[in-house]
Amino acid sequence: MNNNLLKNIIRFIGLVLLQILVFNNIEVFSFITPFIYILFIIMLPFDTPKWVILVSGFMMGMCVDIFSNTGGIHTASTVLMAYISPWAQKVVSSKQDPEAGTQPGIKTMGFRWFFFYTLILTTVHHICLFYLEIFSLTDFFGTLKHALYNVAFTMVFIIISQYLFIGRKTE
Amino acid sequence: MRPLIQFFIRNYNFFLFLLLEFFAFLLIFQNNYYQQSAFFNASNAISGGIYSYYSGFTDYLSLKKVNKTLADENSNLLNLQKSSFIKTNNKTFIVNDTLYQQQYTYLSAKVISNTTNRINNYLTLNKGSKQGIKKNMGVISPQGIVGIVKDVSENFCTVTSLLHSKSKISAKIKKNDYVGTIVWNGDDYRIVTMKDVPTHVKIYIGDTIISSGYSMMFPEGISIGTIYLYGTNKGKDFYEIKVKLFNDFNNISYVYIVNNLMKDELNELEKRSQNE
Repeated sequence: MNNNLLKNIIRFIGLVLLQILVFNNIEVFSFITPFIYILFIIMLPFDTPKWVILVSGFMMGMCVDIFSNTGGIHTASTVLMAYISPWAQKVVSSKQDPEAGTQPGIKTMGFRWFFFYTLILTTVHHICLFYLEIFSLTDFFGTLKHALYNVAFTMVFIIISQYLFIGRKTE
Repeated sequence: MRPLIQFFIRNYNFFLFLLLEFFAFLLIFQNNYYQQSAFFNASNAISGGIYSYYSGFTDYLSLKKVNKTLADENSNLLNLQKSSFIKTNNKTFIVNDTLYQQQYTYLSAKVISNTTNRINNYLTLNKGSKQGIKKNMGVISPQGIVGIVKDVSENFCTVTSLLHSKSKISAKIKKNDYVGTIVWNGDDYRIVTMKDVPTHVKIYIGDTIISSGYSMMFPEGISIGTIYLYGTNKGKDFYEIKVKLFNDFNNISYVYIVNNLMKDELNELEKRSQNE
């Protein structure tokens, strides 16, 4: 348990630094920035109490907000995402029931499960984030298009990260 | 009373969710409408410190370009110096010049964080209230207008970039002095839109746009960009001019903060005439 806690704290700090120092500077086609910090919420172990997920989502969003001068938009969208994450775990059906203490990942749950689980959470987070940022519905479909392009790029980076780091740890 | 408490206990996750979202929205509104959200932004000591440490590394990557712009600017300044003029008339003598009084002073600052990919972009600079920076001062670079100071801490300040959905800067066409407003629609960081120029004005692609000097933040004649496309708005009485910026916002490392020495006087005068 302690080991798990320490691992998650290190992951929290690592992802915040990675987001603000590296990924905030990436821009594909001048408007796409992958938000990989949400990987932290995605990878919290299955038996994490709901309030812990919510509070860690709040802290994660707050850290990113402070560094990118965005008020509270990352906080609001990450808390929303954290709230629906237990629900998303149930909605995506899987063959085996997850053991207590394991964390969601391609290695533990299979590619298909992880892909759809991440897709739901990323889409909710990004749509919330983009509409909060522009704070109007005037260009409704334009904003939606931006958000969905961004989902694609965030997904690519999250899936890649699964093969880069996480795979080796669980073996 | 007891059923109510039980209801809260049973659904405590939902109420926690509502509470956290409430705080998040509080932060959003504070950032949007009140300019004094002094703690929760990149001008506070911790995040400012991390950013300046980080820019210590990344600065090396743009050194070559920075050196070039500095050298260019130095040569321009040298051209203006007294020593580069030859005295052609020995009968003149120096008098205390009362015709000219300095109105603007400039303070150089380094950009330690900058975005261009959001809809509302901000920069963080390494000068703050200790160096005399105040809110609403203009920020320019050797290539043109950059933005307006939003928040100030002791050693850092954040700047609302020209690339901000709510930024509005008064500008004019250099050739014929017609005044319009520069706004940004959030698409391309190289292009801004100039509005409010009436359609009877003749404009040409390639014309230079400069600051008008109507606002108290920027002196007149700071370059902004060139016209690269134009059309009319829906009512066909004003142009919508697309302006290509001289500034590459992705590549700004040193800027100047403009201090208008007569700002208070102007402010007071304008307030007085509005009150009457």
